Amino acid sequence: MKAKQKAAPPAATKALAPQEKPGWTDIPIGAVVVEAGNGVNYQTGDWRSERPVVDVDKCIHCLFCWVFCPDNAVVLHNEKFKSINYYHCKGCGICSAECPVKVITMVEEAKAQSNANDSGAADGDGNLSPKAVGKGG
Amino acid sequence: MAGNLKQLSHKPERLVSGHRMCAGCAAPVLVKQILYAVDVPVVIANATCCLEVTTSVYPYSNWKCSWIHSAFENTSATIGGVEAAYRAMKKRGEIEEDVRFMAIGGDGGTFDIGLQSLSGALERGHRFVYVCYDNEAYMNTGIQRSSATPLGAWTTTSPVGTAIAGKTRPRKDLTKIVAAHHIPYVAQASPSNWKDLTTKAEKAFNVDGPAFLNVISPCVPGWKYEPELTIKLAKMAVDTCYWPLYEIENGQYKVNYKPKEKKPLVEWLKPQGRFKHLLAPENKHLLDELQSQVDREWEELLKNAGES
Repeated sequence: MKAKQKAAPPAATKALAPQEKPGWTDIPIGAVVVEAGNGVNYQTGDWRSERPVVDVDKCIHCLFCWVFCPDNAVVLHNEKFKSINYYHCKGCGICSAECPVKVITMVEEAKAQSNANDSGAADGDGNLSPKAVGKGG
Repeated sequence: MAGNLKQLSHKPERLVSGHRMCAGCAAPVLVKQILYAVDVPVVIANATCCLEVTTSVYPYSNWKCSWIHSAFENTSATIGGVEAAYRAMKKRGEIEEDVRFMAIGGDGGTFDIGLQSLSGALERGHRFVYVCYDNEAYMNTGIQRSSATPLGAWTTTSPVGTAIAGKTRPRKDLTKIVAAHHIPYVAQASPSNWKDLTTKAEKAFNVDGPAFLNVISPCVPGWKYEPELTIKLAKMAVDTCYWPLYEIENGQYKVNYKPKEKKPLVEWLKPQGRFKHLLAPENKHLLDELQSQVDREWEELLKNAGES
């Protein structure tokens, strides 16, 4: 009965909290995923134990961090580095290791989150909304 | 030419963020680099593998292109059928659009389980690109040895103990097995050398017939190293000539990159936990054998390319 009271969102169109997950009547026939690339709504940024922090002023915009990022978490604007997408960044550190001018530092996540002035983050807890990052480069 | 990074940055992302590959996995890096090389729509058949299970967790899909999951053993048959249907529909005027086809699998799905369907599809001459991302074991199921696992490497089914010290058999040279089908384009590449990989992918998609890319894909849990080293290890595999970058275009071998100084293999092995035991004095004979295999294969490659 409880499940019927609230209209569930269409299957898999946004990031779902456990209580919002669709019931069996909401799932399309054949359990098909109807929206291509809706996986972008899934947050993987909370896997991170260290986050990359970029000194943008010293960045030479070589885009190595972008081409080597396994999670497309480097956001570009007009062929230049713009920010790190902390909603998806898993904190692997490849960007920091491959940066030829060493301007990407890996900072302990807990420390970074307690610092309100995170560089590159859109809000206090460093999570960009999935809509804002879906376009990538 | 596929272009420089600034040009590539305008290409659409076909494998989007939010997938559940391990932090530092090389597979999504090489997939995105390969897909930057195509501008037309792509249909992908994905063998069961890490890439498949992590990008299609219900109710999500991380693919922005047509994508079909196939079992290990029939990926090439699946994409061959799709491609044949496309050709028939195009002939009848039911499709006008230009479409490219790609199959992708790990080394388990390519070297071992999917080999006969791959061989069949290559022989039938379907126009598709097969990409094997070689992480050198069955990583998805928990690091069991495959025929791509190198000699001496630790896996859960080639453990290190008193009876054996890692895998007792050398790896299979799949690139050459595929080349023996005399298809128009075969290449070996690495995500560390992105320019080389995107150029090869572009060539592969443009040949009128089957093409094959064998791409090395360092695996953080399987190779046991720190995740930030992924690209460095891929590069070092190239610089030690363990994983030479070469292509075979219509039967002509070409070595695309010759390291200025061929580094000793031990430099590539050192950061990897799976080879830790090879550094012990009692296993020196294994290390030497592995090095001599690499040297022999490199010399053979140079000879095939007419460069020695």
